[in-house]
Amino acid sequence: MALKIVKGSIDRMFDKNLQDLVRGIRNHKEDEAKYISTCIDEIKQELKQDNIAVKANAVCKLTYLQMLGYDVSWAAFNIVEVMSSSKFTYKRIGYLAASQCFHEGTDVIMLTTNQIRKDLSSPNQYDTGVALTGLSCFVTPDLARDLANDIMTLMSHTKPYIRKKAVLIMYKVFLKYPESLRPAFPRLKEKLEDPDPGTDAESHLVELLHNRVVALISLRRCDFFAVKYLGLLAMSKILKTHPKSVQSHKDLILQCLDDKDESIRLRALDLLYGMVSKKNLMEIVKKLMLHVDKAEGTTYRDELLTKIIDICSQSNFQYITNFEWYISILVELTRLEGTRHGHLIASQMLDVAIRVKAIRGFAVAQMATLLDNAHLLTGNTQRNGICEVLYAAAWICGEFSEHLEDPMQTLEAMLRPKVATLPGHIQAVYVQNAAKLFATVLQKHEGETESQAAQETSQLLIDRLPLFVQSANLEVQERASCILQLVKYIQKLQQKNVEVAEEVTALFAGELNPVAPKAQKKVPIPEGLDLDAWINEPPSESESEDEKPKAVFAKEEPKHSRSRHTEVDEKELARRREVRKQEQANNPFYIKASPSSQKVYDAPGVEHIPVVQIDLSVPLKVPGMPMSDQYLKLEEERRQKEKAERKKEKKKKREKRGKERKADSGPESEEDIAPAHQVDIVTEEMPENALPSDDDDKDPNDPHKALDIDLDKPLADSEKLPVRTHRPELLKSPAEDRDSESVPQETKKKSGKEKKEKKKDKEKDRKRSKEEKKKKKKHKVEEELLESQPEEAVQSEETKEAAAPPTSTSAEQEVCVLMCVCLQEVTAPSSAAAAVDTSSATAPESEPDEPKDTEPEDTKSSKHKKKKQKKEKEEKEKKKKKRHHHHHQHHGDAGGEDSVQNGTVEEEEPLPPMSNYSLLAENSYIKMVSVYDIQGNHQDESKVVVSVIFENKSDSFLKSMEFNVLDSLNSKLQRPEGAGAHDSLTVPFQLPPGVSNEARFVFSVQSIVMPQKLKGTLTFIVKSDESSTHEKLDFKLHFTCTSYLITTPCYSDAYAKLLESGDLKGSSLRLEGINMPFHHLLARICFHHHFSVVERIDSCASMYSRSIQGHHVCLLVKTSDQTVSIDAKCDEPSLLGNVLDEIKQTFSKC
Amino acid sequence: MIKAILIFNNHGKPRLSKFYEHYTEDTEQQIIRETFHLVSKRDENICNFLEGGLLIGGSDNKLIYRHYATLYFVFCVDSSESELGILDLIQVLVETLDKCFENVCELDLIFHVDKVHNILAEMVMGGMVLETNMSEIITQVEAQGKMEKSEAGITGAPARAVSAVKNMNLPEMPKNINIGDISIKVPNLPSFK
Repeated sequence: MALKIVKGSIDRMFDKNLQDLVRGIRNHKEDEAKYISTCIDEIKQELKQDNIAVKANAVCKLTYLQMLGYDVSWAAFNIVEVMSSSKFTYKRIGYLAASQCFHEGTDVIMLTTNQIRKDLSSPNQYDTGVALTGLSCFVTPDLARDLANDIMTLMSHTKPYIRKKAVLIMYKVFLKYPESLRPAFPRLKEKLEDPDPGTDAESHLVELLHNRVVALISLRRCDFFAVKYLGLLAMSKILKTHPKSVQSHKDLILQCLDDKDESIRLRALDLLYGMVSKKNLMEIVKKLMLHVDKAEGTTYRDELLTKIIDICSQSNFQYITNFEWYISILVELTRLEGTRHGHLIASQMLDVAIRVKAIRGFAVAQMATLLDNAHLLTGNTQRNGICEVLYAAAWICGEFSEHLEDPMQTLEAMLRPKVATLPGHIQAVYVQNAAKLFATVLQKHEGETESQAAQETSQLLIDRLPLFVQSANLEVQERASCILQLVKYIQKLQQKNVEVAEEVTALFAGELNPVAPKAQKKVPIPEGLDLDAWINEPPSESESEDEKPKAVFAKEEPKHSRSRHTEVDEKELARRREVRKQEQANNPFYIKASPSSQKVYDAPGVEHIPVVQIDLSVPLKVPGMPMSDQYLKLEEERRQKEKAERKKEKKKKREKRGKERKADSGPESEEDIAPAHQVDIVTEEMPENALPSDDDDKDPNDPHKALDIDLDKPLADSEKLPVRTHRPELLKSPAEDRDSESVPQETKKKSGKEKKEKKKDKEKDRKRSKEEKKKKKKHKVEEELLESQPEEAVQSEETKEAAAPPTSTSAEQEVCVLMCVCLQEVTAPSSAAAAVDTSSATAPESEPDEPKDTEPEDTKSSKHKKKKQKKEKEEKEKKKKKRHHHHHQHHGDAGGEDSVQNGTVEEEEPLPPMSNYSLLAENSYIKMVSVYDIQGNHQDESKVVVSVIFENKSDSFLKSMEFNVLDSLNSKLQRPEGAGAHDSLTVPFQLPPGVSNEARFVFSVQSIVMPQKLKGTLTFIVKSDESSTHEKLDFKLHFTCTSYLITTPCYSDAYAKLLESGDLKGSSLRLEGINMPFHHLLARICFHHHFSVVERIDSCASMYSRSIQGHHVCLLVKTSDQTVSIDAKCDEPSLLGNVLDEIKQTFSKC
Repeated sequence: MIKAILIFNNHGKPRLSKFYEHYTEDTEQQIIRETFHLVSKRDENICNFLEGGLLIGGSDNKLIYRHYATLYFVFCVDSSESELGILDLIQVLVETLDKCFENVCELDLIFHVDKVHNILAEMVMGGMVLETNMSEIITQVEAQGKMEKSEAGITGAPARAVSAVKNMNLPEMPKNINIGDISIKVPNLPSFK
């Protein structure tokens, strides 16, 4: 052995280590890729070797190559191997590699669960530390769920080094498995509020502060610019609480916009956003516009652009006093070449034009100019996002065409051949809105005797539209050809001098209301409508992939969510408008936006809106001088004037009222600035009875969203962290083990109410005076244990080695007891009770209150069992009385109690006792009783857990019991890591005379279609006062096919579907001379063969069970006279055959 | 949260990359390239904070970096981290490296990236700052180093000897020639003891 190690390390010397690899790469600068690929080949060879040192070295090199961009996921399994090395050196290499390349998609990651758990509980703090560090990088929801409890335990580790890491990693665990937050919170809180966190935490804080200050000083010395940046950052924080104090530094901040450092400029921009007010908005935006002109580099300019729009549009245009100014700003922004944000400007234009009615006339004029000058914007469409604004311009001109000075000219501009170079979705809007304009022109000229103009317009459309009919874009083509035909028809009518304007206009009648972006979400779901229910059969997986909705429209479309409705086919739109109007008219709760339709633009409210007179020659000239400045001047003048007027008024007032408040000459307050226009900003439409809630403000992608949990609610049982056990639902404590007392885990976590129930049960027990005193005592002990439990409970482990040192320090706890913890934490109460039943056969004692049942009395050790059994009986009785299907949580009972229930729900006759325990082997010293218990397959392996009760029949002390089984190809005893294939397992307890105890052994099984027999031996030392002898006992473990079945409930419809599927093969069985009630028969099948009753009609019942590998087994049991016929179906015929044989055997015995 | 820690040299060659979120190898390389591009074009005398790296996380994130001699130390963090804190952390990292490697230089990082990872693991865990006290970090790193040595024991000796011989042949082994050029100059700071 030693030689092997030395040899290995000598071999290893000639392998490349990391340094050699790095050196090699540096020496092969020209053909680096080639060199690395040979290195990877070498690494693959090294990974194939058995020597863990060689493997670790290879993995170490892979980690380096990963950094250089090479995919090393193929070695994931080897990384796991290295992680599980017992040497820290290699373990660390493994965990580092894992942390660099494992992620949620890595499939081997689930193999690591046990290894990590083991490392977490390692006595070496650095093993634990390395595992925690690694886990923090690749924790998955599964790992988080499985390990949450182990990590929680570490939060009270003795070493602060581990505590610190454990507390930090809990955050990651919460993110991945939010359910763990509530159960973990109390402890976390306690850790954070710990009044005496040890000096380390405190000094840590002091140290940190010190470091900060030093860092700051060093910064001041060498990084002046950092201070500037941080200053701006700090200001943005102050701004939130004390906006006034920051606003006074406006100039300083504006200066920062000139800084050469982009980070500082961006910070300053951020600050400006929070600083604007009605008063300074125009000024700030003006400064920003100057910077837009100066800015080099499109990224920064785009940033400026978005900021300007953000600043202006924030909180529903709160700070804008003059929308004409805003429109001019937007128009000016369109002159930016090469910006990505054309769509942003466009959506702002649409937003303002739709919502601010007073501005529409102005907006339409501006948009018309834009359309007229479209050639300036479309310089080269490919890289120019700005042409998006034409989309908005065309739509606004069309929709609000009644405001147009010269619709004919705009129509002409929209139908220029150059338009055909625009992106498809813009052309589509052009075509559609050309039709709207056409309608307006018609209306304008109808009634005039000289209908020349109308005729010319029709001709224009007929001439120009064919260009669009040829468009490659489907949308454009469709609309164009539709409208072309329409116009042709209208032209015919015109020639006959028929009045058509009314009807054409009707096509576009109605007003579009702005709809809030959240409106759709807010529509309350009508009662009884389940949106998640399938309307049709769900398509199969493969199909759904093919049927992924393809983008029907141009890709850019989703950006204009607001304006998308225009693209709905016009008739549909008209119809919808009609419907909507109708609905709104009929809905008394709907507040109409305006009493009259927008088209008939004579609302009295609009007329008297004061519109500032502007020299039209200036604003309409887009390429000319920036006009927004004019507004600024105007605005200032206006304010001056207003101020002056107000002063006058005040003077008057003062004159009137004498010395009523003098001081009012201070700076104008926000409220004093009246907007130039009495604009009514139409609020966005929301569905009726939409609930006002703020939850939709949350970012759905926020990773912390999942942690939005009410921490004060009491914990529900289902929320308890999963504790690793053989049977997840049950847990046994070590202290109880000592008493051979089995208590379901729930007792520990039971709520007070349940506890009381239990007490009641016990009180009933006390009737039996014989045991009264002992019971009381036990009860007390139990209660005490309840309190001190959680720590130990957490430490349960599947592997039987090295139980972690328990934190409980009860002096009474013996070593052997501790060792039991890992092995024996689970003991189902039913199994204990059932075991008693078996023994009752040998020493029966009739019980007065329950004649059919028997009470064992063979050893004093079984007292507790009696109690258990009694309890169970009582439960049964209660259930029967209530005729109430009480769902029991004990999985262990599932085989017994639940299935029994299945058969007895409707029956009055009590059932005979049944037991799953069978005698395994027996000699003069010891008796072994076993039950086969099944655990579902978590991964690829199927596991069978065998619980064996060892009972000492002799007067001597039995110790050093070793359990060994000769593995077969199919079934293997699971031995702790590192043990040889033939090593025996130590039974983790000793047996004083007359005492019995239970141990569990895990077997992995590959094929489950055949029953198995395994030979085994138990060796032990019999120690009496004078001598000790070594004895052995041979036994045979019989794994029946039944033991691979798990009681699984099945609904009758699912059952019917299963049978219809035709995947199952049938078989049948006839049993003659069965002389027992039908429900007993069913109960027996349920109990012994783990079936559940799906449906029962008279003397016919359907039953279902599932194997641990997922085979379905269905039975149809019929009885007539003394004959029972069973028709069975299963997708695995040999399994079915064997199960039927076993059923037959069960009934032949009775 | 720290999203990534990158160390690369003046030419953009990665010396250490630690991502606390999963990216494919290609994306990782792209991020390194992009970060290098962003950071390297900045003047020495402007601030150490940089916003709007496009690849990692987007607008919420910023790059906080320091440039020492031939190496850039870049931390990509989200808005929950304190800028100064991270700047300080970089300083602690470099000083710790300096202590552990005794006058650290780029070559140390090139040849012992695993050690650098181990040191970093004592400071940052899963993107969260774990420890900033240099002496504590060094204590833990050294304790683990000792464990490693004791495990290697006698069997490790020949390997160490071979590695020593291998290194002897190398004219470019760190620290023998021209340290002045390549060694990272740790600014003269008050010690943190």
